[in-house]
Amino acid sequence: MAATGVDAPGRAAIGARTLRTDRWWLSPLTTFVVFSAFVVYATWRAFADKDYFVEPYLSPFYSPCLGDCVKGSADFGTPFGGFPLSAALIILIFPLGFRMSCYYYRKAYYRAFWLSPPACAVAEPHTKYTGETRLPLILNNLHRWFWYAAVVVALILTWDVLLSFQEADGGHVGLGTLVLLTNVVLIWLYTLSCHSCRHAVGGRLRHFSKHPVRYRMWTWVSRLNTRHSLYAWLSLFSVAIADLYIMLLANGTISEARFF
Amino acid sequence: MTYQLKMRVWRGDDSGGSLQDFAVEVSEGEVVLDAIHRLQATQAGDLAVRWNCKAGKCGSCSAEVNGKPRLMCMTRLSDFDPAETITVTPMRTFPVIRDLVTDVSFNYEKARELPGVELGPRDADGKRRMMQVDVERGQEFRKCIECFLCQNTCHVVRDHEENKPAFAGPRFFLRYAELDMHPLDTHDRRALAQDAAGIGMCNITKCCTEVCPENIKITDNAIIPMKERVADRKFDPLVWLGAKIGIRHKDDEGRTEM
Ligand code: SF4
Ligand code: SF4
Ligand code: FES
Ligand code: FES
Repeated sequence: MAATGVDAPGRAAIGARTLRTDRWWLSPLTTFVVFSAFVVYATWRAFADKDYFVEPYLSPFYSPCLGDCVKGSADFGTPFGGFPLSAALIILIFPLGFRMSCYYYRKAYYRAFWLSPPACAVAEPHTKYTGETRLPLILNNLHRWFWYAAVVVALILTWDVLLSFQEADGGHVGLGTLVLLTNVVLIWLYTLSCHSCRHAVGGRLRHFSKHPVRYRMWTWVSRLNTRHSLYAWLSLFSVAIADLYIMLLANGTISEARFF
Repeated sequence: MTYQLKMRVWRGDDSGGSLQDFAVEVSEGEVVLDAIHRLQATQAGDLAVRWNCKAGKCGSCSAEVNGKPRLMCMTRLSDFDPAETITVTPMRTFPVIRDLVTDVSFNYEKARELPGVELGPRDADGKRRMMQVDVERGQEFRKCIECFLCQNTCHVVRDHEENKPAFAGPRFFLRYAELDMHPLDTHDRRALAQDAAGIGMCNITKCCTEVCPENIKITDNAIIPMKERVADRKFDPLVWLGAKIGIRHKDDEGRTEM
């Protein structure tokens, strides 16, 4: 096959894949390691089907619990009560689809996992490239549908936080409450700073001047949007930490630090 | 303070070439283009280099410095260790003419494929009006100096020569977005952006944004909004259903699809 890319005929014959001298591989490598660790942890926890609930906390991986849930964890009924596997798997498609089709995560996994490209001005190893024009990657265009679902998920997680302030014997604030609260704040920041959200609230307009309220909302979302990647990372950590904390409580490894 | 700067400069043409070593006297506060000019004046009289303004405004001196696409006139020597060897090559996506000069006509062909603005009828008094917020929206895109560093860095064409016919590139997605957001334009370019311009080939990995010397947020403010507009048109069942039963988004009134 004829040379293509930076070695294609007519281009300056330089030969090297890149002449960059900085540590361009550090950022994709970090992303690769951290995301892989998260995927391994999340897969294990999603299939585990235990230690996801301890009164009054429900792990975000299992919320809303709609399957064969442990007592007290199903706040929205159990329409999938007969589902033979872990209840997390019923709802997992929504957060998973949302993050997989997120414009930021796309950038991150195309670079870190598919090396397309690994970094700017570093040649990618693939001989063919069609981008997001075909199946399955063309499905990333459906991101907005996952965003609608993500708003519902964020509302449910907010409800979980409200429940975590209560116990049978009245009000309660424990470390778990704060963990869940932090998580839900970060989830909201991530969800509201989404590019599809920015488009929906006002970006799709051609006349800002005819829609002053939507224009104002667009400027707010735009401001959040500049930090979308940061929120993507922070909320990834917070969701894992929230689940981990609840797991450790549920299996008795630690006991709750209670403030009142 | 002056010092001897070690440089490796690519010299050659479309039949071949190589990196050649030089040492050139430079002083603190100079830029890479100064060093290249001194090299040309003192040691390599026939070194080909394109430049005009030396102020980061004409977009002529695009090249790659230590493998990074940059404007030579805006790359300060003080950003490098004086002991470091600085490598300068031409842009690696376009055909080389000689030394640091490449043939960027790909970009002009792409510009010609893009339908220009088509304004609607004038107001009754013969004027056209736009509100200030609508004018401001496109200002960021108009900062483009057409250096084509973004086009050069984009892996879609940099790493795949065969994609060139089907892909307009980030600089022109900028233009698509600007016109699609223009309140007075009567063309609807969304289908065109997907089909002819190949916006679906972009995988939003943001290298165009990383190299833009004008700091235009190409990916966040032009490409992604344009992808979302294409999704309105092509991948949104609600919008499709609305169009079927005759409900159109009022904001799109007066536009004809290209
Ligand atoms: S974001 Fe898209 S257009 Fe910009 S460099 Fe990456 S692939 Fe090319
Ligand atoms: S968008 Fe930026 S990088 Fe691209 S041609 Fe314009 S100024 Fe250069
Ligand atoms: S969630 Fe990242 S762009 Fe929508
Ligand atoms: S010489 Fe004009 S941009 Fe560098």
